[in-house]
Amino acid sequence: MTDSVPDAGNDQAAPVAGPAPASVLSANAPGTAPGALAVEAIDMTKRFPGVVANDHVSFEAAEGEVHALLGENGAGKTTLCNLLMGLYRPDEGKLLIGGRAVRFHSPKDAQNAGIFMVHQHLRLVESMTVAENVVLGWSTPRRLRFSPRSVEKAVAEAAERFQMPVDPKARIWQLSLGERQRVEILKALYRGAKILILDEPTTVLTPQEADQLFSSIRDMAAAGRTVIFISHKLPEVLAVSNRVTILRQGHSITTVPTAGTDADHLAGLMVGHEVSLEAATKLPDEPGPVVLELAGVSARGDLGTDALKDVTLAVCAGEILGIAGVAGNGQRELAEVITGLRATTGGQISVGGTRLPTGDPRAAIDLGVAYVPEDRMGTGISPNLSIAENLMLKSYRGKTMRSGPVLSTRKANANAKEMIARFDVRAPGPRTLIRQLSGGNIQKVLLARELSSDPRVLVAASPTRGLDVGATQYVRQVLAETAKHGVAVLMVSEDLDEIFELSDRIAVFYNGRVVGIVSAADANRQQIGLMMAGAA
Amino acid sequence: MTRLLHIERRLDTPRWLKLAVPLASILLAAIIVGILLAATGHNPISTYHQMYSASVTADGALTSTFVYATPMLFTGLCAAFAFRMRTWNIGGEGQLYMGAVGASATGLVLGNWPRPLLIIAMVVGGALAGMLWATIPALLRAYLRTNEILTSLMLNYVAGFFMYYLIYDSSSYWRDLTTPGATVFPTGKTLSPNATWPGITIGSFTLPMGFVLGVGLAVGLLVLIRSTRYGFEMRVMGDSPQAANYSGIRTKRKILSVMAISGGVAGIAGSSQIGDFGHVLDPRGLQQAQYGYTGIVVAALALYNPLAVVLVSLLIGGLTNAGFALEGPSFPTGLVGTMEGIILFTVLGGEILARYRIGLRHRAIAPAGTSATLGTEASS
Repeated sequence: MTDSVPDAGNDQAAPVAGPAPASVLSANAPGTAPGALAVEAIDMTKRFPGVVANDHVSFEAAEGEVHALLGENGAGKTTLCNLLMGLYRPDEGKLLIGGRAVRFHSPKDAQNAGIFMVHQHLRLVESMTVAENVVLGWSTPRRLRFSPRSVEKAVAEAAERFQMPVDPKARIWQLSLGERQRVEILKALYRGAKILILDEPTTVLTPQEADQLFSSIRDMAAAGRTVIFISHKLPEVLAVSNRVTILRQGHSITTVPTAGTDADHLAGLMVGHEVSLEAATKLPDEPGPVVLELAGVSARGDLGTDALKDVTLAVCAGEILGIAGVAGNGQRELAEVITGLRATTGGQISVGGTRLPTGDPRAAIDLGVAYVPEDRMGTGISPNLSIAENLMLKSYRGKTMRSGPVLSTRKANANAKEMIARFDVRAPGPRTLIRQLSGGNIQKVLLARELSSDPRVLVAASPTRGLDVGATQYVRQVLAETAKHGVAVLMVSEDLDEIFELSDRIAVFYNGRVVGIVSAADANRQQIGLMMAGAA
Repeated sequence: MTRLLHIERRLDTPRWLKLAVPLASILLAAIIVGILLAATGHNPISTYHQMYSASVTADGALTSTFVYATPMLFTGLCAAFAFRMRTWNIGGEGQLYMGAVGASATGLVLGNWPRPLLIIAMVVGGALAGMLWATIPALLRAYLRTNEILTSLMLNYVAGFFMYYLIYDSSSYWRDLTTPGATVFPTGKTLSPNATWPGITIGSFTLPMGFVLGVGLAVGLLVLIRSTRYGFEMRVMGDSPQAANYSGIRTKRKILSVMAISGGVAGIAGSSQIGDFGHVLDPRGLQQAQYGYTGIVVAALALYNPLAVVLVSLLIGGLTNAGFALEGPSFPTGLVGTMEGIILFTVLGGEILARYRIGLRHRAIAPAGTSATLGTEASS
């Protein structure tokens, strides 16, 4: 149950009925924030041992508004959502829903108040149908009997009403990630969501799916719902929101109307200093000799299908070859065959003229192939080991980390301290468990380790995915510098901006094949886009 | 309003707590068992006194505590070592049997070798047999991805039947067929006195050579785990097999070698049973003792720390010894097992106290996964 807290002595107690007090900000931005205030968070504070995750965070969102919460990783966005959702209880501050102060004890309370959240990692039961997932855990007190058909009918009606086309009989595992997300949103709407929180909703989506999502978000807002959109991607925030509240290091910095701002301004507010979004552009150099060479390489995917078909590529020293393509067209398999994590079924790969044995990660490492994998947490690091131990994950076999036959903790820590300083890793110290770091800092540790081995080839798969603006810029700069020092860099990315910003040449993958390799200077987006879609 | 348990992961466990928690857990177990004793009509204080005397102070008591502790030390190390890498070798029992078979064969075949050489040969023979036996589930796990818990467990029965077959159902090399009595009541060949392992005798107390060997192994394994490349690879593998593969660790070989070492240690338990104590392959005795399974309990209580295994094996060995001493019409066998169970329960429960902070909160909200987030936004 939601408790209404009588707040007689407090002048901030909003009137229960009647028009909400006009916000200063919405007065500044006519046309935005049309309705009454739906959510008001006032001085919300949440402390954890050693950190203040939210320090007097305030924001407000009106009915019919899309309100973005923008901040870097670790800025306190997720904590704020958990406070709104009743997963955490604030240590200080209060929350007003529709003008009434509320105190949530569990997500159930929040849901009863009409607040629903769509998590970044969707929470659906894969073996069940869409309809079953929509009603799962949502008790309708009148009915004891569970009738699949009537539920499917009700869900189909809801899908139509909310313009969320999805087959209620389909099982979740059969759906694409975009469709699954639609199911999550439908689930919330079906249960009467008035305020919907979307946590980094586009992370798992293709650009087309993201566009569809944005149009759904606008529809929901037009229907009078409040959408709280959490992101660290500036273009999305600019595209979809009415107002933006910026969070930085647990503080709410300011709220600005989206109409009166731009990406540079928001990025500056987010990281706390002016950033130039063009900083990492690489100067074209004369490419060196070919270092990495693939000749007619084929490989199977996880499901046994042919994921790479007769791929021939070459990357020169000092060059960044960007691999563009829609996810799932063989890019991951490409990265894995070069780094030895996946066996080839044909063709050959050579590094500096030496043939690489297939399916042998250690041989690849010894030949100087460094790898920043897409799956950072699962593959790139050992989460429950310390920063120092993760930094020696590839060098522990050599002599640098030993004194005699024994591994030297002293040397490992000294190395870690140096790396932490050189790569600007924000961490308490070398002994900190790496899983306690934010995504950007984990990526810095990974880069530090991979680059400290003096590689000849660097394979970087989606190196900035999920990173905030500051860390993204940093990683891109590091990649550009690495190439300048004569390393052959192969960068897989789904982000065309990134591809264009960094690459010397661009190879486009479609259906496991290289459909074209173009020089970045001559390429244009439309051409690359058509190739990615298999149309060129 | 209701109050709910709130569980929160500790950022770091203070040093004193690491020691205080297990001690308090054992004390708590003693109190619970005391209540149980009182409820069954025994005086807890005098029972504890009897137990102490039966396992430590009485004549020869300490020696027999060590007799029970020795095999548990090896099988405890066997489990603790493999479990460190999250390789669940439940096959210590069978590996011990095979070790006993191997060591007795070596002892019988090389009976006239000089004593030191023969003893070394027996240790090696037992270790090799245990290793080979552990290699079966290891190969299956590494190359066919079968679950090693099931295969290693099932192989315990196979090893048991094999050992039984050698003595009871065949005219094998191990069986004594020389005397008419031995054919009616099947028994194994007794090893030559040369093959008896020397103990260290201080007054009435004899420290078995096996125990000394076990302590040496414990130290060796601890060093291996803590400060070598091999141990580092084990830690990475145990935490994230994918990261291990990515960093160039030969994961299949690693599983094979860790299982082999683990099985070899259990095999030496078999050697010690032959060389230190039995001097004859006795399938029934080994099977009844179930040292292999007890080893898993020992490893769990020691939190997989090899040095702690030494202490825990003495504790459980002492309890077992006291149990046998107290056993009788007024003291049922089951009571000792119950006590071991309660200790296991409190110690492992106490471990949660050491790792997590538990408190009552005013209807706090602790859905799975959220409280352990620590406020760092790892996934955002």
